[in-house]
Amino acid sequence: MMATSALARLSPFNITSLALGLAFLYLPIVILVIYSFNASRLVTVWGGWSVRWYVEFFNDGAMLSALAMSLRVAAVSATAATVFGTLAAVALTRAGAFHGRTLFSGMLYAPLVMPEVITGLSLLLLFVAVDAQRGFWTVTIAHTTLTMCFVAVVVQSRLGSLDRSLEEAAMDLGCDPFRAFVKVTLPLILPSVVAGWMLAFTLSMDDVVIASFTTGPGSTTLPIRIYSEVRLGVKPEINAICTLIVGSIAVIIVAASLASKLSSRQGESAAPL
Amino acid sequence: MTNEARHGSEAAAPADLPLLQVDAVVKRFGGFTAVNRLSLDIKAGEFFALLGPSGCGKTTLLRMLAGFETLDSGGILLDGRDISNVPPHRRPVNMMFQNYALFPHLSVRDNIAFGLRRASLPRAEIDARVAEMVALVSLEGMEKRKPEQLSGGQRQRVALARALARRPRLLLLDEPLAALDKKLRENTQAELMRLQRQLGMTFIIVTHDQEEAMMMADRIGVMNAGRLQQVATPRQLYEAPNSRWIAEFVGGINIIDGEVESRVAGRVTVATQAAGQVTAAVPLQALTTDQVCVAIRPEKVRLSRGEATPDAGHADGINRMEGVIAGISYLGGQTRYQIRLDRGALLHASVANTVRLETNAYDTAQRVVAYFAPDDCMVLDR
Repeated sequence: MMATSALARLSPFNITSLALGLAFLYLPIVILVIYSFNASRLVTVWGGWSVRWYVEFFNDGAMLSALAMSLRVAAVSATAATVFGTLAAVALTRAGAFHGRTLFSGMLYAPLVMPEVITGLSLLLLFVAVDAQRGFWTVTIAHTTLTMCFVAVVVQSRLGSLDRSLEEAAMDLGCDPFRAFVKVTLPLILPSVVAGWMLAFTLSMDDVVIASFTTGPGSTTLPIRIYSEVRLGVKPEINAICTLIVGSIAVIIVAASLASKLSSRQGESAAPL
Repeated sequence: MTNEARHGSEAAAPADLPLLQVDAVVKRFGGFTAVNRLSLDIKAGEFFALLGPSGCGKTTLLRMLAGFETLDSGGILLDGRDISNVPPHRRPVNMMFQNYALFPHLSVRDNIAFGLRRASLPRAEIDARVAEMVALVSLEGMEKRKPEQLSGGQRQRVALARALARRPRLLLLDEPLAALDKKLRENTQAELMRLQRQLGMTFIIVTHDQEEAMMMADRIGVMNAGRLQQVATPRQLYEAPNSRWIAEFVGGINIIDGEVESRVAGRVTVATQAAGQVTAAVPLQALTTDQVCVAIRPEKVRLSRGEATPDAGHADGINRMEGVIAGISYLGGQTRYQIRLDRGALLHASVANTVRLETNAYDTAQRVVAYFAPDDCMVLDR
């Protein structure tokens, strides 16, 4: 109802600024998508419609293995980040005022604002110091540290709005605290846990900086691969890859927001009248 | 409190062991003492109400009984066994939450079966008990619904069924009717009383609604500032409050400060500034000083136009006071009059409207005589 009344009050000025803002955000992406269907070999010259660069991408072995590496890193790190992030969120909302709570929550959120270069560099130093073989696992660990705080933020906001007496009711009815969490809390926060996983997945998929610090030979992720290709000149194939990435991320983000909407609807029904 | 003595000292048989013994329990939150050395015995099969203003510690006490709060000192004994350190899921006690706390992701059936499944009962037994509970609270046909598809009254009944399903030794109800509208609340009160009698279970209900407590409970414990001020039957609480605070908290009352003048033959005479001399029955509690107050319930104050001698039966020392009607509130079943006494006090009198076409009602500014028997008047410490 608020949306319709806001739309009704749109003045020409508002419409113009909205259009300009959206154009600023999305015009480059639209151009990228259009040029990915360009038949010409030259990126800046329009040579008619074609899907040849998509075909080329699916025949490019190096690109495909970079994509596979990225997907593996994203899946494993997002899963680990979801487990740790959810545990951290539970500790912060449920454990009450334990000693060092403020410090803990501050440290959890620090990576949100920390420049990625610093995170990447410090992780590199750590891996060098412990003499870890850099490759798949180092990138995965690095991405887990980056994304678990995002998961924690998403899950914590859901946990905070969850009626505490639901867990108490579960305990009252014979659940020990762990079972109460599994039987009652987890099903109710599941949509936000899933949303957190998807967020972590996309963050890991598009990270260049931290990955390039922590990766090793033979474990190039897709963004690093694209970046190094672009330095030698933009091939139209890159446009095709980027269009595919934009498309998948759009799907995941829509799914994540639907999931969290579902989650908050369930939360409301937990309250009385 | 004579024939309903709390600690059954005349019968020390083990069968008379109270179901629940709360022994000098203390609970502090930081510097705030929520429950202060509180002791209470509750008999099996009793419907007990904890009544008090908000913040008096009644909910904290209930949560300690359920196991959600730890005790700072004291003990809680159920069937003679100390359960103070038993976690909530191992106590044979169930609670009905104020907001019901129904699991939104489970159906009515699964909500009710939740506690039974944890007790790892055989499947057939769980199904039978759920069916029994559904019938008990008349929710047949609703088993597959989710809580969000139920009305407030239906949710309340699901919450009750869920708490009763495990057949607890003790059922705790935290403001169970606060979320219901008045009509539904009255029906539900009667329903709760019927269930409690039918199941022979022990109920402890927390409420801030004194009418609700008086209507349902066998005994009421009135709490204030973390302490039990009085534990008594509804009648005792109303007719024989043990303090001025209780007298003012439970029901309406006229209170006039005064000083004891004489004590003769079961009567206390109190000299008051605002209402003259008042004769009252000797109080049950010994008075600590002569600085007292007299307390009289509005419905015990009777009115006359002054010409007739009121109530010859109480002619010995009946209290008569002259005044003017200062205000009238018609409430249907009764009419409340405010009488400004010539001596200064404002007296409230409520008169039952026993005749439909009343022609004899009093008017504002009319002179009247207010009178009441000494036995209807209480003397309390100030």
